[in-house]
Amino acid sequence: MTATLVAVQVLNGLQLGVLLFLVAAGLTLVFGVMDFINLAHGVQYMLGAYLAVTFYSLTGNFFAALVLALLAALAFGLVLEFLVFRHLYDRDHLDQVLATFGVILFLNEGVRIVWGAAPLSYPIPELLQGTIPMMEGFGYPIYRVAMIVAGLATAVLLWAIVTRTRVGMLVRAGATNPRMVSALGVDIRRLFMIVFGFGAMLAGFAGIMAGPILSVEPGMGDSVLILAFVVIVIGGIGSIRGAFVSALLIGLVDTLGRSFMTDIFKAFLAPAAANQVGPAIASMLIYLLMAGVLFFRPSGLFPAAGR
Amino acid sequence: MSRPTTAASTGVRWSVPLVLLVLLAAVPAVANAADMGFAISLVTRVMIYAIAALSLDLILGYGAMVSFGHAAFLGIGAYAVGIASAHDEWNAVVTFPIAIVAAGAFALLTGAISLRTRGVYFIMITLAFGQMAYFTASSLSDYGGDDGLTMWGRSEVFGATPFEDDTAFYYVVLACLAGCFLFARAVVGSRFGRVIAGVRENRLRMQAVGFNPYAYQLVAYAIAGMMAGLAGALLANHAEFVSPSYMSWQRSGELIIMVVLGGMGTLHGAVLGAIAYLTLEEVLSHWTEHWRVIFGPLLILVVLYARGGLGSLLRRSGGDG
Amino acid sequence: MAEPILVLEDLRKAYGALTVTDNLSMTVQAGSIHALIGPNGAGKTTLIGQVSGQLAPDAGRIRFDGHDVTGLPMYARCRRGLARSFQITTILPGFTVLENVAVAAQAHDGHSFRFLRPAAAEARLNEAAMTALATVGLADRAALRAGSLSHGEKRQLEIAIALVMKPKLLLLDEPMAGTGHEESERLVATLEALRGSLTILLVEHDMDAVFALADRISVLVYGRVIAEGPPDEIRADPEVRSAYLGEEGAP
Repeated sequence: MTATLVAVQVLNGLQLGVLLFLVAAGLTLVFGVMDFINLAHGVQYMLGAYLAVTFYSLTGNFFAALVLALLAALAFGLVLEFLVFRHLYDRDHLDQVLATFGVILFLNEGVRIVWGAAPLSYPIPELLQGTIPMMEGFGYPIYRVAMIVAGLATAVLLWAIVTRTRVGMLVRAGATNPRMVSALGVDIRRLFMIVFGFGAMLAGFAGIMAGPILSVEPGMGDSVLILAFVVIVIGGIGSIRGAFVSALLIGLVDTLGRSFMTDIFKAFLAPAAANQVGPAIASMLIYLLMAGVLFFRPSGLFPAAGR
Repeated sequence: MSRPTTAASTGVRWSVPLVLLVLLAAVPAVANAADMGFAISLVTRVMIYAIAALSLDLILGYGAMVSFGHAAFLGIGAYAVGIASAHDEWNAVVTFPIAIVAAGAFALLTGAISLRTRGVYFIMITLAFGQMAYFTASSLSDYGGDDGLTMWGRSEVFGATPFEDDTAFYYVVLACLAGCFLFARAVVGSRFGRVIAGVRENRLRMQAVGFNPYAYQLVAYAIAGMMAGLAGALLANHAEFVSPSYMSWQRSGELIIMVVLGGMGTLHGAVLGAIAYLTLEEVLSHWTEHWRVIFGPLLILVVLYARGGLGSLLRRSGGDG
Repeated sequence: MAEPILVLEDLRKAYGALTVTDNLSMTVQAGSIHALIGPNGAGKTTLIGQVSGQLAPDAGRIRFDGHDVTGLPMYARCRRGLARSFQITTILPGFTVLENVAVAAQAHDGHSFRFLRPAAAEARLNEAAMTALATVGLADRAALRAGSLSHGEKRQLEIAIALVMKPKLLLLDEPMAGTGHEESERLVATLEALRGSLTILLVEHDMDAVFALADRISVLVYGRVIAEGPPDEIRADPEVRSAYLGEEGAP
């Protein structure tokens, strides 16, 4: 367990955290403003990656693919909103869970039909290839650093929009009291659409960025979805700040846990036992964390005021 | 979805359950006559999931507790039997109670924490606990880990092998289903069931008349867990295989679909829902391996337009609900 | 005189900078009908919430029937004989009228961890429920779905639910709210008939009802009791008149 190894895993944890934040931000906004549980948010992430695969094969350029895939992901999100989601805003959570579960089934199978079941990929752009040298002759991938930077930049952008613009103010108001906002004459439908579209784009962006380093395959959004839900429950529903803190926390806990849990257990268990227990606990760690947080703070760490 | 009816006001509607029982009892004979022996195995599986769906209806349909981790109880029951078989313990009289108690204990522990939360937080925390069970099972490398554990045979009863024959096992499962149904019916109409339904209707009112909702919901949760554990023990026997996938959140989602599809809070609706879902899955998957691309939109349409599920469709068409 | 059935000592409740209950002390004598009046926003419902156990006071003690119940949750206080009706109708809409009352009787008739025998067949519960329903005049609606009742009938149902529990202290939070003249009169008659058999703490705006029923009246303004006494005293109190009655017109 060298310092370099720890540093690398911390960076990996931040990278995962930033990815989770992008997915969770949209999820928490949609939940906070529209009280809408969107299980299909994970497939938005997946779609981003698949669209990038296609656009890359068409253009041969990562950045062109990025832009095109972002726009396509936005379009897809809006189409889904129009066809399915907007009919569910008034329904209870159970109906929303089931309907969005249906969307997951449909899209997971859909990408299997269109792109096939085999994992796909597209390469890291040349600009971002290579590594940054670290200690002991070890290098950390520039692309991953770029992901962290992009994620943080998006977080700052999001913060600026939410706190400094009129739309952002309406979103914040809507997250604390949607009915009041509607009663004040704001076109709540349009606000919902904007929130939804933006969230879909963020998730798609995360998927596009993740494509080169994770395999693009059907169902890749499912595990991210669960993690994102854990993020927003811990962070507090409706709170972007909560999602940010919580996403980084979870990214770090999950990554560091998986890397070092077995070693930690080896300190006081026989190696054979540690090898069994370690990975098991590591994969459960964030759920234990969530259970713990909910026990003391049933509404999460930073619940949006008024909840 | 439509609100479930209360205990007494449903009166005693036995027509649907009786018809179901008769139809189910006739399956093996009909299947053998029509040379469709595989149907026995298929319907056995359907009935096992019907028991699990029944247990979920108790807490979801009647208690309005949206548990997204119910498959964990199924899996724990299955693993109890599977692990016992790996240690050469085959006596169902030993392993089935262990399965039920293990699932019930997990329900009690996780319910004690989960039921302190409300709404979406409850959904999420039950999901989390389900995931925990899933990952624990995946990490049990001694018992197959991710690949699962094959059981070489089915449970015995004091050395005898009544489950070996598929038809005999079919009737055992049918008996369990009937027994669980009768038990669930009794619970729903009992004092306990009335409290659970009352908490669903208006939690504040129930507190104001002197009930502690938490205690009652926890017991209901444990009962549901135990019933699902029984289903799990039967599932392990049916498939002669246990795997972590029994506890995946997708499975939990499927159980919710069965309950809602059939009409929440009607008990026989859960059975109908299990039949409908698994039959649909079977039929569609013979058409195409991509059956989910059809089922997904179907589910969406049902949620959007068929409020109340199959149960209400039956009622509307003039049949007995 | 016997110890008061309800003693509130220096109750305090604040929401941020807003103090809703301001070092409030009050006693209610057993067997009396005690009314609590005051302008809107005076903190009456918050006070009832603290007495019933729905809200926890920031400071102060609540003694009910000789015991300190300040730390007890609502359902525990109910089991000790404290029943409450709500300002916003709180019934079980999907249950029948009879079941609404029967479940309340059930709560006070042994334990409810019974899983097999049908509750609907328990004669004792049904009889108690029917009696309570007859008292409020809803006996003929027993088999109806409670959600289908009119607003006034739902208010009566709330009273029936409270009565079937044979409480020692009945907290009524604006039971006449939204009811018509005939229904209010019937409710007043029902409460009058109960005089002496239990204690009633009545929060109301309907001054006719208050002055007809109350043995003592406490006037609540901005979270404090500014006057307390028999109805005639209160009627004549200049401070009360200006703070409250004067604005509403003489009763």
